[in-house]
Amino acid sequence: MSQAPGDPPPRPSSAWIRYRRIKSAIGWFLAGTALVALSVAMVQILLYVFLQGFHSLAPKLFVENTVGVGGGLKNAILGTALLSGSAVILSALIGVAAGLYLSEFGEGRLGTLTRFLSDVLVGVPSIVLGFVGYVTLTVWLRWRFSLAAGAITLAVLMLPYIVRSTELALRRVASGIRESAYALGCRDHQVVFKVLLKAAAPGIGTGILLALAISAGETAPLLYTAGWSNYSWSGHLIHEPVAYLTYVIWSFIGEPFHSAHALAYVAAFLITFMILLINLLARFLIASSPHSNR
Amino acid sequence: MWFRRLLALFALLVPLVLLAIAVFLVFYAWPAIHYNGLDFLWRDTWNIGNQYASPIQRHGETVMPGAQFGILFLVAGTLGSALIALLFAFPLGLGAALFLSEAVPHRFGHFVSFFVELLAGIPSVVFGLWGIVFLIPFLSHHVYPVLARLFHFIPFLTRPIGSGYGLLTSSLVLCLMIVPFITATLRDALRSQSTEMREAGISLGATRFEVATRILLPGQKTALAGATMLAFGRALGETMAVLMVSGNALNYLPHNVYSPISTMAAFIVAQLDSALADPTGMAVRSLAEIAVLLLVISLITNGIARLLIGMLKEHTL
Repeated sequence: MSQAPGDPPPRPSSAWIRYRRIKSAIGWFLAGTALVALSVAMVQILLYVFLQGFHSLAPKLFVENTVGVGGGLKNAILGTALLSGSAVILSALIGVAAGLYLSEFGEGRLGTLTRFLSDVLVGVPSIVLGFVGYVTLTVWLRWRFSLAAGAITLAVLMLPYIVRSTELALRRVASGIRESAYALGCRDHQVVFKVLLKAAAPGIGTGILLALAISAGETAPLLYTAGWSNYSWSGHLIHEPVAYLTYVIWSFIGEPFHSAHALAYVAAFLITFMILLINLLARFLIASSPHSNR
Repeated sequence: MWFRRLLALFALLVPLVLLAIAVFLVFYAWPAIHYNGLDFLWRDTWNIGNQYASPIQRHGETVMPGAQFGILFLVAGTLGSALIALLFAFPLGLGAALFLSEAVPHRFGHFVSFFVELLAGIPSVVFGLWGIVFLIPFLSHHVYPVLARLFHFIPFLTRPIGSGYGLLTSSLVLCLMIVPFITATLRDALRSQSTEMREAGISLGATRFEVATRILLPGQKTALAGATMLAFGRALGETMAVLMVSGNALNYLPHNVYSPISTMAAFIVAQLDSALADPTGMAVRSLAEIAVLLLVISLITNGIARLLIGMLKEHTL
């Protein structure tokens, strides 16, 4: 090119600029279409589940047990609360402790390994966990279909989520706070219980809530560990199958009866509504947290 | 120090749980791995044998006569549905992430992406329900006939269109379930890039779209690859939604995109009851072998994904 060092660079022709502008506009249009398509699908699913569920909603569903393919959902609502509730307690106790280790003392080999493996455990298909739960808890330990088998399987499923979210929440706490606590003469456990856990509580709570939402929506790990029962739970940890809402959705939508479909719709409505609520609550918790960096 | 040791004990539980799962599964599946050999993956008959005969000895294992376990049709269904799902999810997720991070005001983008990412929170079984009562009637009446007529010259898109339960339907449902992984990761990665990069691009005369695709996106290739891998892993292991809309084909290889299929994960749920009828237990152990394969696949895909995303974090920090 015969361009002297002092000359201004050649201006691109206006046709070239127009071509690029049009290409960009088309690009944005396609990208926007992708977003619109996803949003429409999302709205469609939510509206469908909500309208169908709301339509079939009746007060008696909350006070009656399931009878065959009709009746109510009291046993399933109670069962989902029990399974997810006990699983989340179990998993939070272990998960928060493990998350604490990772964030505070986890620079070594054990920390790296645990971090990597909990990320891997998140990706293990839930049916694999369910199958292992079935082989070990239901059959090998002879617990049969039971609350304990279902809850432990769910707890394993939630564990990596809680570990990682706890670690992230604790890492957001400024290190000056830790240093001041240690400088005041606090021991490890005092720093953790009196300072860190309080400062990171919104973040840790959010992680636990989201794990709860995930577990409440799971079906595959429970099919062969919790089983199904037409009765409300009567207090046995083992040897007694438990009902849960997601089973109703899966099993009753395949039955050729209107009453069964109505129960499936209501169960889907209840589960989706609860998960939506938990997600909104989690958002709110993050936004209102004083240490949030958003 | 005692407190640190106590916490370390809890942290140790995570690797131990994963190890226990792997050991139990392999231990339990061992007779099946021995009996089925390497042909397991390439044979396309799943036959638990004659349940009315007496068990016989074959290859040193007790099985029912005629028992043969092969999962080629499951491998085809699993890979096919996950790959087609990724084929849709990749451009959708990429486009949505670009639009959310670069084209709309951040407040709005924040709100909409929360909404789109909620897709990941909807339970698998609810996707399945929606698939059965809305998507399948809609697709099989209004979309698939048109698709088959329009593309009658492409072998995999021609008739018969079947009942609507099948490969393409599974892929579409899977696509919606995995898209949030791609969108969320890529949007965060794009937004974390400095404003100077954008300003430099604009001042060189690039359009905003060119800045997004030529300057910002190339730096996020690793994040995109990691997120895509993560999404692929999810699609391979998804159970309930696929179980409900796939048509649960048995010993049947798909011959077009409307064919009924089954996947490895869905098959475990669908077949456990009938496998339990096998008095020798070989059928259940062969299901365990499928679970072992699923575990290995998820370890590989997630391992790669995390390494890619981890590499990125060290790079940007």
